[in-house]
This record gives sequence, structure tokens and C-alpha cells, in this order.
Amino acid sequence: MTDTVAQQGIADAKAAPDTMAWDSGLRRLMMIYLPLGCFVLILLFPFYWMAITSFKPNAELMNYRDHNPFWISSPTLAHIKHLLFDTAYPRWLWTTMTVAIGSTTLSLIASTLAAYAIERLRFRGSPYVGLGIYLAYLVPPSILFIPLATVVVQFGLFDSPLALILVYPTFLVPFCTWLLIGYFKSIPYELEECALVDGATRLQILRRITLPLAVPGLISAGIFSFTLSWNEFIYALAFIQSGANKTVPVAILTELVTGDVYQWGALMAGSLLGSLPVAVFYSLFVDYYVSSLTGAVKE
Amino acid sequence: MSVTTLSSPALAHRQPSWLVRLFDYKPFLIAMCLAPAIGLLSVFLTYPLGLGIWLAFTDTTIGRRGIFVGFENFQYLLTDPLWWNAVFYSVVYTGIATFGKFALGFWLALLLNNHFPFKSILRAIILLPWIVPTVLSALAFWWIYDPQFSIISYLLVDVLHWRSSNVDFLGSPWPARFSLIAANIWRGIPFVAISLLAGLQTISPSLYEAAMLDGASAWQRFRYITFPMMMPILAIVMTFSIIFTFTDFQLVYAITRGGPVNSTHLLATLAFQRGIAGGELGEGAAIAVSMIPFLVFATLFSYFGLARRKWQQGEAND
Repeated sequence: MTDTVAQQGIADAKAAPDTMAWDSGLRRLMMIYLPLGCFVLILLFPFYWMAITSFKPNAELMNYRDHNPFWISSPTLAHIKHLLFDTAYPRWLWTTMTVAIGSTTLSLIASTLAAYAIERLRFRGSPYVGLGIYLAYLVPPSILFIPLATVVVQFGLFDSPLALILVYPTFLVPFCTWLLIGYFKSIPYELEECALVDGATRLQILRRITLPLAVPGLISAGIFSFTLSWNEFIYALAFIQSGANKTVPVAILTELVTGDVYQWGALMAGSLLGSLPVAVFYSLFVDYYVSSLTGAVKE
Repeated sequence: MSVTTLSSPALAHRQPSWLVRLFDYKPFLIAMCLAPAIGLLSVFLTYPLGLGIWLAFTDTTIGRRGIFVGFENFQYLLTDPLWWNAVFYSVVYTGIATFGKFALGFWLALLLNNHFPFKSILRAIILLPWIVPTVLSALAFWWIYDPQFSIISYLLVDVLHWRSSNVDFLGSPWPARFSLIAANIWRGIPFVAISLLAGLQTISPSLYEAAMLDGASAWQRFRYITFPMMMPILAIVMTFSIIFTFTDFQLVYAITRGGPVNSTHLLATLAFQRGIAGGELGEGAAIAVSMIPFLVFATLFSYFGLARRKWQQGEAND
């Protein structure tokens, strides 16, 4: 596609017929920019709608005849104020943050060590351990949540955020381990050999040489884990009962959706606020995120 | 005296403490490194997986240890129209959503593979639906599908005048099913597009140059170069997509909770309704276990995709 366009461009430059250049530009517009614009519009519209709803007063929200629904005539912070001061929303945010950071830290430590052992310490059967961890990624939470609920009850962790911190690594560790194995592979082994010759112990090598070089990989894995555990729903729904300990996605759905008349303003404000931390976090590290996503797929 | 004071630090330097030596002993180090990951995975993944299969053969309820009942739960499921309904909708949901995601995602990836300004910003924006918590974007869709104040209805009725009444998105079975599928496709496109874009960028331009010298048309270049070169990555991404679409829970639970009249239950939401909300752990586990054959099928699909990749690129490259 690009090549045809490029070739046409060259041909146009030689012959210099204005109509041809215009034709190529139009063609590019129709074939690339127009569909791309539609994609972006559709992919972003729900967020726009979410944002605009959270700042609309209720009167505008329910009246499309007198107010243009795509715009706000008199923006209000009432929904956000209601959310922050009349509900346990700050508490939910705090719980979610704790769970996300806790499980991310736990899985980063576990998967760094595992990836190092599999890729660098190379023992008999290490490929099989790697394969086993990869297969663990293919087990979806929907199969596990019922037996896991009984396990969590057995451990006396029911209704505690600690249960989530311990359970989330089941889907974070396989992913992070695979990502980090890929990163460790890209670090030249000679560096470690030099350190070994100089008399460093294996742990010193890991701490002083391999880890500093794998920082981009660690960041990618960390961001990925953070967003995944922020977004997790089914375990949080099944293991947490009391209103105060819920995570944001669960709490909005179970605590804010009440009665027959939905408080759309508050619901959308809650969704917006719950999405913001991940969105901000993501925008700071986009390149790491994309590389981890594509790296894991290519692996 | 002076000799001993000199030699002991020197000795300590030459012979590190037993702890350091232990950590330099390779088998011990390997065990220590693997322990956290393997421990977490076996306690919270392998054990529950086995326990789930065991629970499926018992009549456990919340608060009561069950006894082994053999295939009773499965026999019951086979006579249960709701289970068949969930199987049917799970397959339809996965089939249509996967097709939609890959058709649109591939198209988007091809579009993004062109050169234009602000490409990286665009790529970042496009991933947003995938970053944001699914439940929260599902709530936005719920609001978009509202029977009275749906913005889509507003567009169709008041702006475009294509319809005279509001669209009833979630009130009756088939519209509700397709509304959920649309939301799932919306959420899945970014992941597919960005993954496939990474694959597209690895295809060597010289292949296209050679094909163009031979006079291949744009469609022929797509059909005989892009598509076969993308096969391996397509197979992997598709396997993941199928597995996680088939076992999807959040979208359906957030938007319809299986309604209207249980028509949009997926196997996962049905398992939750019976197992956790209804307290019938055994039956819920049986429903969850009944997903496994489908998942095994999807994984085999991936395996053959990978095998094909080896065959295409030679054994050395993997």
C-alpha cells in the first residue's frame, strides 16, 4: 500500500501533472485517513460519553430535546462531589491501589527470580519449567474462581484484600516471567562470564549486572501487572464481601448501581475516576507498554 | 599474635561464610529462585484447578462439605436448557466477536502500518479501550445502550430520522446478544491491531519489492505475502483471543447479568450465578469444568499454528 503510493508520488514528481498528485492525495485520504478517523472516533466515543456524562447536571442528562446531548451547557462537579464525599469511593481507590501495588511487587520479585533461573542458571528441564509457566497463562480466571473461593476461605483470607494480593500473581507471574525471559535473553552472557571470572557470586551477578540491564523489561512487566491487577474483576467480586474492602470496578457495579433509577452521572463519574489512574500511568510509559505487549506476543 | 590477627581476615576473605557459599551452590540457588513463582502458582493455580475438577464431581454447597456424586452434576447440566443456552451463546459470542475483532483489527493494523504524522500518539490512543478497566467501559456501554436515553437511539431517531422509535438494545434476547458482542469487539480491536501491527513490521519490504517487480497486484501481495507471513502471529493472538473471549465474564456481568430471561448467559456468568451467588459450588464448578474441552481445542489450534511457523522458517529459528 505504502509502496504504491510512494511510487505514484515519484511518477507524479517526474511528470508533474497536478491532477495526478491530487488524485493520489484523495486516494490516500479515502483509503487511510477516513477509515482511521472512523476507528478513532468509535474507539474513543465511549470515553467521551463517559466524561461528558460525569459533568452534566441531571436535568440535561435526561433531556435531549432542549440540550444538545453532545455538549454540556452548564457543567457541574456535583456527581464527583457526591462520589468523593457521600460514598466510600476514596476508600475503594485506596484499596485498589494497595492491591495493585502489592500484587505487582510480589509478582515482579517472583517472576524475576524465576526468569533468571530458567534463562541464566540453565538446568536440566528448564525449558519444561518455562513451558509449564507459559501454560499457566492459558488457564483463565473464570475456571478457577469457584475452587479459589474455597481455598481463600480455608486460608481465612475471605473478604480481605490480602487474598487478592496473593491470588493476582497467578495470572501476572506467567506473563511477567515470559517477558523477562525474553529480556534476559537479549543481555549478552559474556558480561556475566566476566563477573564470574572476577569471583562474583551468582546473586551478586543478578543484583549488580543482570538486573540493572533488565530495567526496561522490569518497567514493562511492572506497568503491565499494575494495569492488569487494577482491572481485575472476577476474583475481587467473588472474594470480597464487605462494602469497604471492595476494589473500584466491583464497588461501582455493586454499591453504586442501586434501585431502578440509575444515577448515571455518579456512575460515569466513578468510571472516569477509576479509569484515570491507569490511563495516566499508561500514558507515562506508553512505549514500554506497547513493547511489552508486542514482545510477549512475538516471544 | 600479629600473625593470627592478620590471617583471620585474610582467611575470611578467601573462605566466604557458609551462607554465601550455599547461595552460590547452583541446585540450591535454582530451587530458591524458582520457589516463589512455583509456590504461588501451585497453591493458587494448580491446586485450585484440581480442586475445581474434584468439586465438579461433588455436591458441595457453601458451608457444607460435599460427597462424591460421580457424573451427577454433568448429567444434570446435559438436561438443563439454561446450560445449553449458555453453551450456545458462548460459542456464538466467541465466533462472531473473534471474527469481528480480527477483521477490524487486521484492517486497523494495515492502516497503522502506513506512514503518517503523529503515528505514535495515535497508536497510544488506540490502545485506550484495552487499558481501561473492562467493567468501567462496560458501564459506559450500558449507558449508551440505555432504553430511554441511548445516544445511538437519539442519533437514529432525532438526528437522522431513520427510525421512529428508540432501539431496545438490552430488552429482548437477540438485540441484547448482539449489543454485548459489539461491546466485546470494541474492547478487543486495540489488542489485535497492536499485536498484528508488530507482526506486520517484521515482514521484510524486499518481499513486496520482489512481488511488485513480478507484477503482483495489491490484493495478491496481501494474499500471498502479508497473510502467510502473518499466519504464526495470527494463530497465537487468535488463541489468546478465543480463550479469553470464551471465558469472558466482566462485560456480560456488568451490562446484562445474563438477562433478559437468561438469554445472554455465558458459561462463566452461569457458573458464577450458580456457584457463588446461588451457593451450589459443585454445580458451578461443573459448569466451569465444562469449559475446559473448548479451551483445550483452542490451545491445540495454537500448537498447530506454532508448528507451522517452525516448518516455514526452519528448525533453527524459533
